[in-house]
Amino acid sequence: MTIATLEQPPAEAAAIESFTVTFLIRRFDPDVDTEPRWQDFDVEMYATDRVLDALHKIKWEQDGSLTFRRSCAHGICGSDAMRINGRNRLACKTLIKDLDISKPIYVEAIKGLPLEKDLVVDMEPFFASYREVQPFLIANSQPEPGKERVQSIAKREIFDDTTKCILCAACTSSCPVFWTDGQYFGPAAIVNAHRFIFDSRDDAASVRLDILNDKEGVWRCRTTFNCTDACPRGIEVTKAIAEVKQAIMRGKP
Amino acid sequence: MPENSAGTLTAPTKPAKQRPGGTLYRGREGMWSWVLHRITGVAIFFFLLVHVLDTALVRVSPEAYNAVIGTYQTPIMGLGEVALVGAIVFHAFNGLRVILVDFWSWATRHQRFLFYVVVVLWVVTMLAFVPRHLINVFSH
Repeated sequence: MTIATLEQPPAEAAAIESFTVTFLIRRFDPDVDTEPRWQDFDVEMYATDRVLDALHKIKWEQDGSLTFRRSCAHGICGSDAMRINGRNRLACKTLIKDLDISKPIYVEAIKGLPLEKDLVVDMEPFFASYREVQPFLIANSQPEPGKERVQSIAKREIFDDTTKCILCAACTSSCPVFWTDGQYFGPAAIVNAHRFIFDSRDDAASVRLDILNDKEGVWRCRTTFNCTDACPRGIEVTKAIAEVKQAIMRGKP
Repeated sequence: MPENSAGTLTAPTKPAKQRPGGTLYRGREGMWSWVLHRITGVAIFFFLLVHVLDTALVRVSPEAYNAVIGTYQTPIMGLGEVALVGAIVFHAFNGLRVILVDFWSWATRHQRFLFYVVVVLWVVTMLAFVPRHLINVFSH
């Protein structure tokens, strides 16, 4: 290439098509509003942008009071689970090209947890259930001095799916049972219990099975598969819950 | 991003009364099969309640029983029976699906396919039942 090309801006950069996308966002300011209200924003977006980019543009360029959580913005931290067009999704993993932009895109907070402001909910009930299933390794034996606890590939494979959870609450807040009965442990807590119940290095499976063999435990699951559909990590949540149900009936993992 | 693309901050175009609780959650086949299962289950329960009561009338007096059962012969009740059988057939087939989903990991993975199997079985059963039943209802 010659220097001449440097004098012109690259043509293809300007040719990328952008779209005006309307976002309807369910706003709630506890200091002003008694009820949540819908507000619409028009944002210029590229097909490869994410819903999170739109929220950023709104917050940075249009209305700084828009409140939402996000941290890593790359689908790992699990902060920005929200209801996009009526389904729980991570805003940072939902691309504009995958949405129908001929209609407004509805964005609202996840359901079933107390609404604090705009898209932010109180996650404490969610984490309380998580803590209740004792999501940590409980081992009665000591590994060989200087060695790690050995586990075969096959035994690791059993609970591989449920190690992927990022605690974004997309599954729990998509569950119709959880909406009406906040006492239910919820899919996320059961997924994280599953991760240790089926871990051959862990010795407290019976404790966790006992905790989940409760009126508000796994038996509340009605297999609606909303959680499996909502999980941004592709965990087969309902399948994990079914495995815990069967483990309780067997009395061992 | 062009300077003039900043969106308009309009007042909420949707009145507050619209969707105060947010949008309806757009669950898929699994959620709607559960909703239908619950609705048909409650409907069948109330039918059984009434049915136990009307059958118990025979203990009160056979005449009263005959009078009540006689009203069931009307065409409106005949159509109601179509709805009743439809609810029971769906609840039965979907109940089998739920059992499979709970106990068989293949079915857990293919629950969406199984839901359509339930729908097909329901349609086939109703096609066999409804014409014959309606002929009976409207020819008496």
